[in-house]
Amino acid sequence: MEYVQTSRKGEIALRDLSKSFQISGRSLRVLRNVNLDIRSGECLAIVGASGSGKTTLLRILAGLEAADAGKVLIDSEPITGVGNERAVIFQEPRLLPWLTVLENVAFGLEVRGGDARHAKERARHYISLVGLAEFADAYPKQLSGGMAQRVGIARALTVQPEILLLDEPFGALDAMTKLTMQEELERIWRDENVTMVLVTHDLEEAIYLADRVLVLPKNKDGNPKTIEIDLARPRDRSETRFVQYRKDLFREFGLH
Amino acid sequence: MSLQDVDRSILGGAGGAKAEEHLQWAGVKLRHWLSRYGVLLAFLVLWQGASSSGWLNPAVFPPIDAILSAMWRGVFGGALLDDIAISLQRSGLAFLAAVVVAIPLGLFMGQVRPIENALDPILQLFRQTSALALYPVFILLLGLGEASKVFVIFWATLFPLLLNTISGVKEVDSKLIEMARVYGASRSTVFRRVVLPGAIPSIFVGLRLSATTALLLLIASEMIGANKGVGFQVMNAQYNFQIPLMFAAIFILAGLGLIANYALVFAQRRLCRWSDVSI
Repeated sequence: MEYVQTSRKGEIALRDLSKSFQISGRSLRVLRNVNLDIRSGECLAIVGASGSGKTTLLRILAGLEAADAGKVLIDSEPITGVGNERAVIFQEPRLLPWLTVLENVAFGLEVRGGDARHAKERARHYISLVGLAEFADAYPKQLSGGMAQRVGIARALTVQPEILLLDEPFGALDAMTKLTMQEELERIWRDENVTMVLVTHDLEEAIYLADRVLVLPKNKDGNPKTIEIDLARPRDRSETRFVQYRKDLFREFGLH
Repeated sequence: MSLQDVDRSILGGAGGAKAEEHLQWAGVKLRHWLSRYGVLLAFLVLWQGASSSGWLNPAVFPPIDAILSAMWRGVFGGALLDDIAISLQRSGLAFLAAVVVAIPLGLFMGQVRPIENALDPILQLFRQTSALALYPVFILLLGLGEASKVFVIFWATLFPLLLNTISGVKEVDSKLIEMARVYGASRSTVFRRVVLPGAIPSIFVGLRLSATTALLLLIASEMIGANKGVGFQVMNAQYNFQIPLMFAAIFILAGLGLIANYALVFAQRRLCRWSDVSI
Protein backbone atom coordinates (compact mmCIF):
# COMPACT_ATOMS: atom_id res chain seq x y z
CA MET A 1 0.00 0.00 0.00
CA GLU A 2 1.44 3.35 -1.00
CA TYR A 3 1.85 5.91 1.70
CA VAL A 4 0.55 9.35 0.81
CA GLN A 5 3.28 11.82 1.68
CA THR A 6 2.05 15.19 2.82
CA SER A 7 3.84 18.37 3.67
CA ARG A 8 2.84 17.79 7.28
CA LYS A 9 5.35 16.10 9.50
CA GLY A 10 3.62 15.79 12.83
CA GLU A 11 5.71 18.20 14.89
CA ILE A 12 4.05 19.32 18.09
CA ALA A 13 4.87 22.38 20.17
CA LEU A 14 3.24 23.19 23.50
CA ARG A 15 3.56 26.82 24.59
CA ASP A 16 2.76 27.89 28.17
CA LEU A 17 -0.12 25.46 28.41
CA SER A 18 -2.27 25.79 31.54
CA LYS A 19 -5.50 24.12 32.55
CA SER A 20 -7.68 24.19 35.66
CA PHE A 21 -10.88 22.39 36.54
CA GLN A 22 -13.71 23.67 38.69
CA ILE A 23 -14.51 20.96 41.20
CA SER A 24 -17.31 21.75 43.68
CA GLY A 25 -16.65 25.46 43.51
CA ARG A 26 -12.89 25.18 43.92
CA SER A 27 -10.42 25.68 41.15
CA LEU A 28 -8.04 22.77 40.74
CA ARG A 29 -4.98 23.43 38.64
CA VAL A 30 -3.85 20.38 36.65
CA LEU A 31 -1.38 21.85 34.16
CA ARG A 32 0.79 24.88 34.70
CA ASN A 33 2.86 26.53 32.00
CA VAL A 34 3.81 23.38 30.16
CA ASN A 35 6.35 23.95 27.38
CA LEU A 36 7.46 21.12 25.18
CA ASP A 37 8.58 20.32 21.65
CA ILE A 38 7.85 16.92 20.20
CA ARG A 39 9.88 16.05 17.13
CA SER A 40 8.44 14.58 13.96
CA GLY A 41 8.38 10.79 14.17
CA GLU A 42 9.31 10.79 17.84
CA CYS A 43 7.74 8.59 20.46
CA LEU A 44 7.16 10.57 23.63
CA ALA A 45 5.78 8.96 26.75
CA ILE A 46 4.05 11.02 29.42
CA VAL A 47 4.10 9.55 32.91
CA GLY A 48 2.95 10.93 36.22
CA ALA A 49 1.00 10.02 39.30
CA SER A 50 -2.77 10.01 38.97
CA GLY A 51 -4.00 13.58 39.10
CA SER A 52 -0.82 14.88 37.51
CA GLY A 53 -2.75 15.95 34.41
CA LYS A 54 -1.29 13.52 31.91
CA THR A 55 -4.65 12.50 30.47
CA THR A 56 -5.78 16.14 30.40
CA LEU A 57 -2.66 17.01 28.45
CA LEU A 58 -3.43 14.29 25.92
CA ARG A 59 -7.06 15.40 25.61
CA ILE A 60 -5.92 18.94 24.89
CA LEU A 61 -3.56 17.60 22.20
CA ALA A 62 -6.47 15.64 20.75
CA GLY A 63 -8.61 18.77 20.65
CA LEU A 64 -11.21 17.25 22.97
CA GLU A 65 -10.54 19.87 25.59
CA ALA A 66 -9.42 23.48 25.38
CA ALA A 67 -6.54 24.88 27.41
CA ASP A 68 -7.21 27.87 29.67
CA ALA A 69 -4.05 29.56 28.50
CA GLY A 70 -1.24 28.85 26.08
CA LYS A 71 -1.46 26.98 22.81
CA VAL A 72 -0.69 23.82 20.92
CA LEU A 73 1.02 24.15 17.56
CA ILE A 74 1.08 21.30 15.09
CA ASP A 75 3.57 21.90 12.28
CA SER A 76 3.56 25.55 13.41
CA GLU A 77 -0.24 25.89 13.11
CA PRO A 78 -2.27 26.42 16.29
CA ILE A 79 -5.00 23.82 16.73
CA THR A 80 -8.62 24.73 17.39
CA GLY A 81 -10.17 21.31 17.92
CA VAL A 82 -9.93 17.79 16.57
CA GLY A 83 -7.99 17.46 13.34
CA ASN A 84 -7.38 15.06 10.50
CA GLU A 85 -3.66 14.80 11.18
CA ARG A 86 -4.32 13.28 14.61
CA ALA A 87 -5.88 10.02 15.75
CA VAL A 88 -6.53 8.88 19.31
CA ILE A 89 -6.33 5.42 20.84
CA PHE A 90 -8.21 5.28 24.13
CA GLN A 91 -7.81 2.98 27.09
CA GLU A 92 -11.03 1.23 26.07
CA PRO A 93 -11.25 0.10 22.45
CA ARG A 94 -14.49 2.11 21.97
CA LEU A 95 -15.77 -0.10 19.17
CA LEU A 96 -19.31 0.25 17.86
CA PRO A 97 -20.93 -3.04 18.91
CA TRP A 98 -23.26 -3.11 15.89
CA LEU A 99 -20.43 -3.00 13.36
CA THR A 100 -18.11 -5.84 12.38
CA VAL A 101 -14.36 -5.53 12.87
CA LEU A 102 -13.99 -4.44 9.24
CA GLU A 103 -16.76 -1.85 9.51
CA ASN A 104 -15.34 -0.53 12.78
CA VAL A 105 -11.88 -0.12 11.30
CA ALA A 106 -13.25 1.62 8.22
CA PHE A 107 -15.49 3.84 10.38
CA GLY A 108 -12.95 6.60 11.03
CA LEU A 109 -12.02 6.99 7.39
CA GLU A 110 -15.67 6.86 6.26
CA VAL A 111 -16.61 9.55 8.76
CA ARG A 112 -13.83 11.70 7.38
CA GLY A 113 -15.58 11.54 4.05
CA GLY A 114 -13.64 8.69 2.49
CA ASP A 115 -15.31 6.62 -0.20
CA ALA A 116 -16.74 3.54 1.55
CA ARG A 117 -15.12 0.98 -0.75
CA HIS A 118 -11.73 2.59 -0.52
CA ALA A 119 -12.10 2.85 3.25
CA LYS A 120 -12.87 -0.88 3.53
CA GLU A 121 -9.91 -1.74 1.32
CA ARG A 122 -7.52 0.27 3.45
CA ALA A 123 -9.16 -1.08 6.60
CA ARG A 124 -8.39 -4.64 5.45
CA HIS A 125 -4.73 -3.73 5.10
CA TYR A 126 -4.50 -2.48 8.68
CA ILE A 127 -6.58 -5.36 10.03
CA SER A 128 -3.96 -7.75 8.66
CA LEU A 129 -1.24 -5.50 10.04
CA VAL A 130 -2.59 -6.02 13.57
CA GLY A 131 -3.03 -9.74 12.88
CA LEU A 132 -6.83 -9.96 12.78
CA ALA A 133 -7.42 -10.81 9.11
CA GLU A 134 -9.51 -13.87 10.02
CA PHE A 135 -11.72 -11.82 12.31
CA ALA A 136 -12.71 -9.12 9.83
CA ASP A 137 -16.37 -10.18 9.94
CA ALA A 138 -16.57 -10.82 13.69
CA TYR A 139 -18.52 -8.56 16.03
CA PRO A 140 -16.81 -6.81 18.96
CA LYS A 141 -18.54 -8.97 21.57
CA GLN A 142 -16.79 -12.00 20.08
CA LEU A 143 -13.32 -10.53 20.66
CA SER A 144 -11.00 -10.70 23.65
CA GLY A 145 -9.81 -7.47 25.28
CA GLY A 146 -6.48 -7.56 23.47
CA MET A 147 -8.10 -8.24 20.10
CA ALA A 148 -10.59 -5.42 20.59
CA GLN A 149 -7.77 -3.02 21.39
CA ARG A 150 -5.98 -4.11 18.19
CA VAL A 151 -9.13 -3.21 16.28
CA GLY A 152 -9.03 0.24 17.89
CA ILE A 153 -5.40 0.61 16.82
CA ALA A 154 -6.19 -0.50 13.26
CA ARG A 155 -9.05 2.04 13.11
CA ALA A 156 -6.66 4.84 14.12
CA LEU A 157 -4.01 3.73 11.61
CA THR A 158 -6.52 3.52 8.77
CA VAL A 159 -6.88 7.30 8.71
CA GLN A 160 -3.07 7.44 8.30
CA PRO A 161 -2.47 10.18 10.85
CA GLU A 162 0.80 12.04 11.31
CA ILE A 163 0.27 11.95 15.05
CA LEU A 164 -1.00 9.06 17.14
CA LEU A 165 -2.20 9.94 20.63
CA LEU A 166 -2.50 7.01 23.02
CA ASP A 167 -4.20 7.25 26.40
CA GLU A 168 -3.07 4.29 28.52
CA PRO A 169 -3.79 2.02 25.57
CA PHE A 170 -2.86 -1.24 27.29
CA GLY A 171 -3.96 -0.30 30.81
CA ALA A 172 -6.88 -2.71 30.80
CA LEU A 173 -5.02 -5.72 29.39
CA ASP A 174 -3.43 -8.65 31.19
CA ALA A 175 0.34 -8.65 31.64
CA MET A 176 1.15 -11.13 28.85
CA THR A 177 -1.07 -9.50 26.25
CA LYS A 178 0.33 -6.14 27.24
CA LEU A 179 3.93 -7.18 26.46
CA THR A 180 2.94 -8.54 23.04
CA MET A 181 0.99 -5.41 22.25
CA GLN A 182 3.91 -3.19 23.22
CA GLU A 183 6.17 -5.04 20.82
CA GLU A 184 3.60 -4.78 18.05
CA LEU A 185 3.03 -1.11 18.68
CA GLU A 186 6.76 -0.44 18.37
CA ARG A 187 6.90 -2.29 15.07
CA ILE A 188 3.87 -0.34 13.76
CA TRP A 189 5.33 2.95 14.94
CA ARG A 190 8.55 2.32 13.03
CA ASP A 191 6.80 1.09 9.87
CA GLU A 192 4.17 3.82 9.76
CA ASN A 193 6.53 6.65 10.58
CA VAL A 194 4.18 8.54 12.89
CA THR A 195 4.74 10.84 15.83
CA MET A 196 3.46 9.08 18.93
CA VAL A 197 2.43 10.58 22.27
CA LEU A 198 1.79 7.86 24.82
CA VAL A 199 0.23 8.50 28.19
CA THR A 200 0.91 5.62 30.54
CA HIS A 201 1.21 4.76 34.21
CA ASP A 202 3.42 1.83 33.35
CA LEU A 203 7.01 3.09 33.67
CA GLU A 204 8.51 0.04 31.99
CA GLU A 205 6.18 0.52 29.03
CA ALA A 206 7.42 4.12 28.78
CA ILE A 207 11.07 3.02 28.74
CA TYR A 208 10.39 0.23 26.27
CA LEU A 209 8.60 2.44 23.74
CA ALA A 210 9.67 6.04 24.15
CA ASP A 211 12.53 8.12 22.82
CA ARG A 212 11.85 10.53 25.66
CA VAL A 213 9.80 10.28 28.82
CA LEU A 214 8.08 13.35 30.20
CA VAL A 215 7.56 13.09 33.94
CA LEU A 216 4.77 15.34 35.16
CA PRO A 217 5.23 16.51 38.75
CA LYS A 218 2.63 15.65 41.34
CA ASN A 219 3.26 19.03 42.90
CA LYS A 220 1.94 21.59 40.41
CA ASP A 221 4.65 24.11 41.28
CA GLY A 222 7.35 21.68 40.24
CA ASN A 223 8.59 21.53 36.67
CA PRO A 224 8.01 18.65 34.27
CA LYS A 225 11.18 16.70 33.67
CA THR A 226 12.25 15.02 30.44
CA ILE A 227 14.35 11.88 30.39
CA GLU A 228 16.05 10.83 27.17
CA ILE A 229 15.98 7.03 26.67
CA ASP A 230 19.16 6.23 24.76
CA LEU A 231 18.76 2.51 24.03
CA ALA A 232 18.94 0.58 20.77
CA ARG A 233 15.66 -0.88 19.44
CA PRO A 234 14.05 -3.29 19.84
CA ARG A 235 14.83 -2.91 23.50
CA ASP A 236 15.73 -5.66 25.90
CA ARG A 237 13.93 -5.33 29.19
CA SER A 238 16.55 -7.29 31.09
CA GLU A 239 19.53 -5.34 29.81
CA THR A 240 21.52 -3.50 32.52
CA ARG A 241 20.93 -0.04 31.10
CA PHE A 242 17.20 -0.70 30.71
CA VAL A 243 17.09 -1.72 34.35
CA GLN A 244 19.04 1.40 35.28
CA TYR A 245 16.51 3.64 33.49
CA ARG A 246 13.80 1.80 35.35
CA LYS A 247 15.49 2.47 38.68
CA ASP A 248 15.97 6.15 37.84
CA LEU A 249 12.36 6.55 36.80
CA PHE A 250 11.02 4.74 39.84
CA ARG A 251 13.08 7.05 42.01
CA GLU A 252 11.29 10.01 40.44
CA PHE A 253 8.16 8.70 42.12
CA GLY A 254 9.87 7.85 45.38
CA LEU A 255 9.71 4.14 44.61
CA HIS A 256 12.43 1.53 44.63
CA MET B 1 -17.99 -62.48 23.83
CA SER B 2 -21.00 -64.65 23.10
CA LEU B 3 -22.00 -65.86 19.65
CA GLN B 4 -24.96 -63.52 19.52
CA ASP B 5 -22.72 -60.55 20.10
CA VAL B 6 -20.44 -61.61 17.27
CA ASP B 7 -23.46 -62.03 15.00
CA ARG B 8 -24.75 -58.60 15.79
CA SER B 9 -21.43 -56.93 15.23
CA ILE B 10 -21.04 -58.64 11.85
CA LEU B 11 -24.57 -58.29 10.57
CA GLY B 12 -26.01 -55.09 11.88
CA GLY B 13 -23.37 -53.44 14.02
CA ALA B 14 -22.92 -50.24 12.02
CA GLY B 15 -26.59 -49.78 11.13
CA GLY B 16 -27.66 -50.45 14.69
CA ALA B 17 -25.28 -47.84 16.04
CA LYS B 18 -26.59 -45.30 13.55
CA ALA B 19 -30.21 -45.95 14.43
CA GLU B 20 -29.31 -45.64 18.07
CA GLU B 21 -27.64 -42.30 17.37
CA HIS B 22 -30.78 -41.04 15.62
CA LEU B 23 -32.91 -42.22 18.48
CA GLN B 24 -30.64 -40.47 20.95
CA TRP B 25 -30.77 -37.27 18.92
CA ALA B 26 -34.57 -37.41 18.80
CA GLY B 27 -34.58 -38.01 22.54
CA VAL B 28 -32.49 -34.93 23.17
CA LYS B 29 -34.77 -32.85 20.91
CA LEU B 30 -37.85 -34.13 22.70
CA ARG B 31 -36.36 -33.37 26.08
CA HIS B 32 -35.58 -29.81 25.00
CA TRP B 33 -39.09 -29.38 23.68
CA LEU B 34 -40.63 -30.83 26.83
CA SER B 35 -38.50 -28.71 29.16
CA ARG B 36 -39.79 -25.64 27.34
CA TYR B 37 -43.42 -26.51 26.60
CA GLY B 38 -44.08 -29.35 29.06
CA VAL B 39 -45.78 -27.21 31.70
CA LEU B 40 -47.98 -25.51 29.10
CA LEU B 41 -48.95 -28.88 27.67
CA ALA B 42 -49.70 -30.27 31.15
CA PHE B 43 -51.87 -27.21 31.89
CA LEU B 44 -53.95 -27.76 28.75
CA VAL B 45 -54.24 -31.52 29.36
CA LEU B 46 -55.27 -30.91 32.96
CA TRP B 47 -57.90 -28.41 31.81
CA GLN B 48 -59.27 -30.80 29.22
CA GLY B 49 -59.35 -33.72 31.67
CA ALA B 50 -60.82 -31.75 34.57
CA SER B 51 -63.53 -30.24 32.39
CA SER B 52 -64.60 -33.37 30.51
CA SER B 53 -64.62 -35.46 33.70
CA GLY B 54 -66.84 -32.88 35.37
CA TRP B 55 -64.30 -32.07 38.08
CA LEU B 56 -64.41 -28.48 36.80
CA ASN B 57 -67.84 -27.13 35.91
CA PRO B 58 -67.88 -27.44 32.10
CA ALA B 59 -70.45 -24.63 31.88
CA VAL B 60 -67.79 -22.23 33.19
CA PHE B 61 -64.65 -24.01 31.92
CA PRO B 62 -65.68 -25.86 28.76
CA PRO B 63 -63.21 -28.52 27.55
CA ILE B 64 -60.45 -27.36 25.23
CA ASP B 65 -61.88 -29.24 22.25
CA ALA B 66 -65.19 -27.37 22.60
CA ILE B 67 -63.32 -24.06 22.69
CA LEU B 68 -61.25 -25.01 19.64
CA SER B 69 -64.31 -26.03 17.67
CA ALA B 70 -66.05 -22.75 18.63
CA MET B 71 -62.93 -20.93 17.42
CA TRP B 72 -62.93 -22.96 14.19
CA ARG B 73 -66.57 -22.17 13.53
CA GLY B 74 -66.10 -18.52 14.45
CA VAL B 75 -63.06 -17.98 12.22
CA PHE B 76 -63.94 -20.16 9.25
CA GLY B 77 -67.68 -19.54 9.52
CA GLY B 78 -66.82 -15.85 9.34
CA ALA B 79 -68.59 -14.77 12.52
CA LEU B 80 -65.37 -13.79 14.33
CA LEU B 81 -63.49 -12.59 11.25
CA ASP B 82 -65.13 -9.18 11.22
CA ASP B 83 -64.37 -8.77 14.90
CA ILE B 84 -60.72 -9.68 14.42
CA ALA B 85 -60.46 -7.28 11.48
CA ILE B 86 -61.97 -4.33 13.31
CA SER B 87 -59.85 -5.03 16.42
CA LEU B 88 -56.68 -5.21 14.37
CA GLN B 89 -57.63 -1.99 12.64
CA ARG B 90 -58.21 -0.14 15.92
CA SER B 91 -55.06 -1.33 17.67
CA GLY B 92 -52.95 -1.21 14.51
CA LEU B 93 -53.94 2.36 13.73
CA ALA B 94 -53.27 3.49 17.29
CA PHE B 95 -49.95 1.62 17.44
CA LEU B 96 -48.79 3.09 14.13
CA ALA B 97 -49.74 6.59 15.27
CA ALA B 98 -47.78 6.04 18.50
CA VAL B 99 -44.75 4.87 16.50
CA VAL B 100 -44.92 7.86 14.16
CA VAL B 101 -45.19 10.32 17.05
CA ALA B 102 -43.10 8.71 19.81
CA ILE B 103 -39.97 7.59 17.97
CA PRO B 104 -39.07 10.90 16.26
CA LEU B 105 -40.10 12.88 19.35
CA GLY B 106 -38.12 10.57 21.64
CA LEU B 107 -35.03 10.74 19.42
CA PHE B 108 -35.23 14.50 19.51
CA MET B 109 -35.93 14.79 23.23
CA GLY B 110 -33.17 12.37 24.14
CA GLN B 111 -30.63 14.61 22.46
CA VAL B 112 -31.74 18.01 23.67
CA ARG B 113 -31.32 18.07 27.43
CA PRO B 114 -33.23 21.31 28.22
CA ILE B 115 -36.32 20.09 26.35
CA GLU B 116 -36.17 16.65 27.95
CA ASN B 117 -35.69 18.29 31.32
CA ALA B 118 -38.68 20.57 30.84
CA LEU B 119 -41.04 17.94 29.45
CA ASP B 120 -40.15 15.04 31.74
CA PRO B 121 -42.38 15.97 34.72
CA ILE B 122 -45.51 16.30 32.58
CA LEU B 123 -44.66 13.07 30.75
CA GLN B 124 -44.32 11.29 34.07
CA LEU B 125 -47.71 12.67 35.17
CA PHE B 126 -49.41 11.56 31.93
CA ARG B 127 -47.76 8.19 32.10
CA GLN B 128 -48.89 7.55 35.65
CA THR B 129 -52.47 8.58 34.84
CA SER B 130 -54.29 5.44 33.82
CA ALA B 131 -55.47 5.65 30.23
CA LEU B 132 -58.64 3.82 31.28
CA ALA B 133 -59.43 6.55 33.79
CA LEU B 134 -59.10 9.05 30.95
CA TYR B 135 -61.31 7.03 28.61
CA PRO B 136 -64.51 8.81 29.77
CA VAL B 137 -62.79 12.13 29.06
CA PHE B 138 -61.88 10.98 25.55
CA ILE B 139 -65.48 9.80 25.03
CA LEU B 140 -66.73 13.24 26.05
CA LEU B 141 -64.30 14.87 23.64
CA LEU B 142 -64.49 12.48 20.71
CA GLY B 143 -67.78 10.69 21.09
CA LEU B 144 -68.40 6.98 21.56
CA GLY B 145 -67.22 6.04 18.06
CA GLU B 146 -63.97 4.80 16.60
CA ALA B 147 -62.05 8.02 17.33
CA SER B 148 -62.18 7.73 21.12
CA LYS B 149 -61.29 4.02 20.99
CA VAL B 150 -58.28 4.55 18.76
CA PHE B 151 -57.24 7.57 20.78
CA VAL B 152 -57.29 5.82 24.16
CA ILE B 153 -55.13 3.02 22.74
CA PHE B 154 -52.81 5.56 21.13
CA TRP B 155 -52.53 7.44 24.43
CA ALA B 156 -51.58 4.35 26.38
CA THR B 157 -49.09 3.06 23.79
CA LEU B 158 -47.43 6.42 23.32
CA PHE B 159 -45.67 6.60 26.69
CA PRO B 160 -43.81 3.29 26.92
CA LEU B 161 -42.43 3.90 23.44
CA LEU B 162 -41.58 7.55 24.02
CA LEU B 163 -39.86 6.99 27.36
CA ASN B 164 -37.89 3.99 26.10
CA THR B 165 -36.76 5.90 23.02
CA ILE B 166 -35.62 8.82 25.18
CA SER B 167 -33.70 6.59 27.57
CA GLY B 168 -32.24 4.65 24.64
CA VAL B 169 -30.80 7.86 23.21
CA LYS B 170 -29.60 9.11 26.59
CA GLU B 171 -27.89 5.86 27.46
CA VAL B 172 -25.78 5.65 24.32
CA ASP B 173 -22.19 5.47 25.59
CA SER B 174 -20.79 9.00 25.56
CA LYS B 175 -17.34 7.49 25.00
CA LEU B 176 -18.48 6.18 21.63
CA ILE B 177 -19.79 9.61 20.72
CA GLU B 178 -16.45 11.13 21.71
CA MET B 179 -14.64 8.54 19.60
CA ALA B 180 -16.73 9.52 16.57
CA ARG B 181 -16.01 13.21 17.24
CA VAL B 182 -12.26 12.52 17.27
CA TYR B 183 -12.63 11.31 13.70
CA GLY B 184 -14.33 14.59 12.84
CA ALA B 185 -17.92 13.31 12.75
CA SER B 186 -20.53 16.04 12.44
CA ARG B 187 -23.58 16.15 14.72
CA SER B 188 -25.73 14.51 12.09
CA THR B 189 -23.16 11.78 11.43
CA VAL B 190 -22.89 11.08 15.16
CA PHE B 191 -26.68 10.79 15.28
CA ARG B 192 -26.95 8.56 12.23
CA ARG B 193 -24.02 6.27 12.92
CA VAL B 194 -23.76 6.16 16.72
CA VAL B 195 -26.87 7.44 18.54
CA LEU B 196 -29.57 5.87 16.39
CA PRO B 197 -28.10 2.35 16.15
CA GLY B 198 -27.24 2.49 19.84
CA ALA B 199 -30.82 3.38 20.78
CA ILE B 200 -32.47 0.66 18.70
CA PRO B 201 -32.49 -2.11 21.35
CA SER B 202 -34.21 0.21 23.81
CA ILE B 203 -36.68 1.36 21.14
CA PHE B 204 -37.59 -2.28 20.59
CA VAL B 205 -38.24 -2.72 24.30
CA GLY B 206 -40.66 0.20 23.97
CA LEU B 207 -42.27 -1.29 20.86
CA ARG B 208 -42.89 -4.59 22.61
CA LEU B 209 -44.33 -2.91 25.70
CA SER B 210 -46.52 -0.73 23.49
CA ALA B 211 -47.82 -3.67 21.47
CA THR B 212 -48.87 -5.44 24.68
CA THR B 213 -50.49 -2.26 25.98
CA ALA B 214 -52.30 -1.75 22.67
CA LEU B 215 -54.04 -5.12 22.99
CA LEU B 216 -54.84 -4.54 26.65
CA LEU B 217 -56.48 -1.18 25.97
CA LEU B 218 -58.18 -2.54 22.87
CA ILE B 219 -60.16 -5.03 24.93
CA ALA B 220 -61.06 -2.50 27.60
CA SER B 221 -62.28 0.01 25.02
CA GLU B 222 -64.26 -2.62 23.15
CA MET B 223 -66.05 -3.63 26.31
CA ILE B 224 -67.59 -0.16 26.55
CA GLY B 225 -69.94 1.03 23.85
CA ALA B 226 -68.85 -1.25 21.03
CA ASN B 227 -70.84 -3.65 18.89
CA LYS B 228 -67.91 -5.26 17.14
CA GLY B 229 -64.45 -6.42 17.99
CA VAL B 230 -62.84 -9.33 19.78
CA GLY B 231 -63.18 -7.56 23.13
CA PHE B 232 -66.88 -7.00 22.44
CA GLN B 233 -67.23 -10.70 21.59
CA VAL B 234 -65.77 -11.72 24.95
CA MET B 235 -68.42 -9.68 26.77
CA ASN B 236 -71.21 -10.53 24.35
CA ALA B 237 -70.57 -14.27 24.44
CA GLN B 238 -70.60 -14.17 28.20
CA TYR B 239 -73.96 -12.32 28.26
CA ASN B 240 -75.41 -14.93 25.90
CA PHE B 241 -73.81 -17.73 27.87
CA GLN B 242 -71.81 -18.94 24.85
CA ILE B 243 -68.88 -19.81 27.09
CA PRO B 244 -66.83 -21.76 24.49
CA LEU B 245 -67.09 -18.75 22.17
CA MET B 246 -66.02 -16.46 25.00
CA PHE B 247 -62.92 -18.55 25.60
CA ALA B 248 -62.32 -18.74 21.85
CA ALA B 249 -62.24 -14.93 21.74
CA ILE B 250 -59.90 -14.83 24.76
CA PHE B 251 -57.55 -17.34 23.11
CA ILE B 252 -57.57 -15.31 19.91
CA LEU B 253 -56.54 -12.24 21.91
CA ALA B 254 -53.72 -14.17 23.54
CA GLY B 255 -52.68 -15.42 20.12
CA LEU B 256 -52.63 -11.89 18.69
CA GLY B 257 -50.43 -10.81 21.58
CA LEU B 258 -48.03 -13.70 21.02
CA ILE B 259 -47.86 -13.04 17.27
CA ALA B 260 -47.18 -9.32 17.81
CA ASN B 261 -44.41 -10.07 20.29
CA TYR B 262 -42.75 -12.73 18.12
CA ALA B 263 -42.95 -10.48 15.08
CA LEU B 264 -41.16 -7.72 16.99
CA VAL B 265 -38.55 -10.13 18.38
CA PHE B 266 -37.97 -11.39 14.85
CA ALA B 267 -37.55 -7.84 13.54
CA GLN B 268 -35.22 -7.00 16.40
CA ARG B 269 -33.08 -10.06 15.72
CA ARG B 270 -32.77 -9.03 12.08
CA LEU B 271 -31.87 -5.45 12.99
CA CYS B 272 -29.70 -6.12 16.02
CA ARG B 273 -27.71 -9.22 15.23
CA TRP B 274 -24.92 -7.72 17.35
CA SER B 275 -26.82 -7.76 20.62
CA ASP B 276 -28.46 -10.65 22.42
CA VAL B 277 -32.23 -10.57 22.09
CA SER B 278 -34.33 -12.56 24.51
CA ILE B 279 -37.99 -13.38 24.12
